[in-house]
Amino acid sequence: MKNHLVDYILHLADNALILGQRNAEWCGHGPVLEQDIAITNISLDLIGQSRNFYQYAAQIIGNESDEDKLAFLRNEREFRNCLLVELPKGDWAQTILRQFFFSAYQQLLFTELQKCNDKQIAAIATKSLKEVAYHLRWSSEWVIRLGDGTEESHQRIVDAIEALWRYTGELFISADYEIQNANAGIGTDAGLLKPQWEEKVKEIFAEATLPYPSKSYFQTGGKEGKHTEHLGYILAEMQYMQRVFPGSEW
Amino acid sequence: MEALATIENIKSVLDTVMDPEVPVLSVIDLGIVRDIVVAENQTEIIITPTYSGCPAMDVIRANIKMELLANGFTNIKITTVLSPAWTTDWMTEDGKKKLKAYGIAPPNPKQLVCHTDLFAAEEAIECPHCHSYHTHRVSEFGSTACKALYVCDTCREPFDYFKCH
Repeated sequence: MKNHLVDYILHLADNALILGQRNAEWCGHGPVLEQDIAITNISLDLIGQSRNFYQYAAQIIGNESDEDKLAFLRNEREFRNCLLVELPKGDWAQTILRQFFFSAYQQLLFTELQKCNDKQIAAIATKSLKEVAYHLRWSSEWVIRLGDGTEESHQRIVDAIEALWRYTGELFISADYEIQNANAGIGTDAGLLKPQWEEKVKEIFAEATLPYPSKSYFQTGGKEGKHTEHLGYILAEMQYMQRVFPGSEW
Repeated sequence: MEALATIENIKSVLDTVMDPEVPVLSVIDLGIVRDIVVAENQTEIIITPTYSGCPAMDVIRANIKMELLANGFTNIKITTVLSPAWTTDWMTEDGKKKLKAYGIAPPNPKQLVCHTDLFAAEEAIECPHCHSYHTHRVSEFGSTACKALYVCDTCREPFDYFKCH
């Protein structure tokens, strides 16, 4: 039987886990020490959020399910994260821009989820929202710094917009389980968040002297398990230990 | 020997369980112990994480259990709750003093500094070394999730600020 609530919680968990994992690739490679620490702190927050969601999903699934099995033993097609979070980290501009797009979205979504009918989802959202406020402030500042910086930094973030924009539309196209949950008072139709998100992006882009893309064809599929080629590679790396040594622990 | 489980007895043990990342703060100082429920055959300690991803939480849970067992308390249950979400306002005054003595600037009261304006300088954070207020933030994110990096413009020493949350 399809469980829409579990699908939705896994979607929230997978988004946070995969982006957390992508950002963690900067560990030891950040452009300067302080920003290396910043992006990995954000990773830690995201992975913490994903753990809270996975633990809750496992509790509903029962049957000896647990957070590790959900993170490490599901296959690519079972992951419900958006395409945006699975794309390679790219250069610093691309990482920053993705974080900004995602944090702006997460802030709107979690503000909705804070008042939802499911107490545990509301608690996780409320807790996470405090962290997201820092992520959004930090990434907004960096988008402005790069856009309104040097010729090269400006060009790099323009290139990042070109690379990422087509993956932003999916955030606002509800999957079936999002609609089902919204009808049950958990979350909202993702499309309703779009105007506010666009407003935020326009505000920051204007400050950053960046052009706002007029329109685009949007890629979709991640929420339903149809991913880009990149997800398979990151899962292979992330899941290797549990696949080779099942049940191994620290 | 089995110890008598009263809230006071349990609390005095918890006063000695330190945050592994900031070893001058006990779990009580941090404000993460939300409740102690003593029942006939079980004592439940209810705790809440500081940040979602705080890696110290697993260690803290284990340390609470070990310390209570070592002091003769049995049938301990530790429950983690997320709501209401932890805030630095729950840190004890005593805890703030200990932090400062340890060289970490304690969190300012939340209503003074928690705003999200871009490039906004936080209100004066006092240098824990020379007590100057001429300090500036180097990075929003520091050595652990709960801290930010600062530098003192008077004594030039870098320091951690336990950021308000």
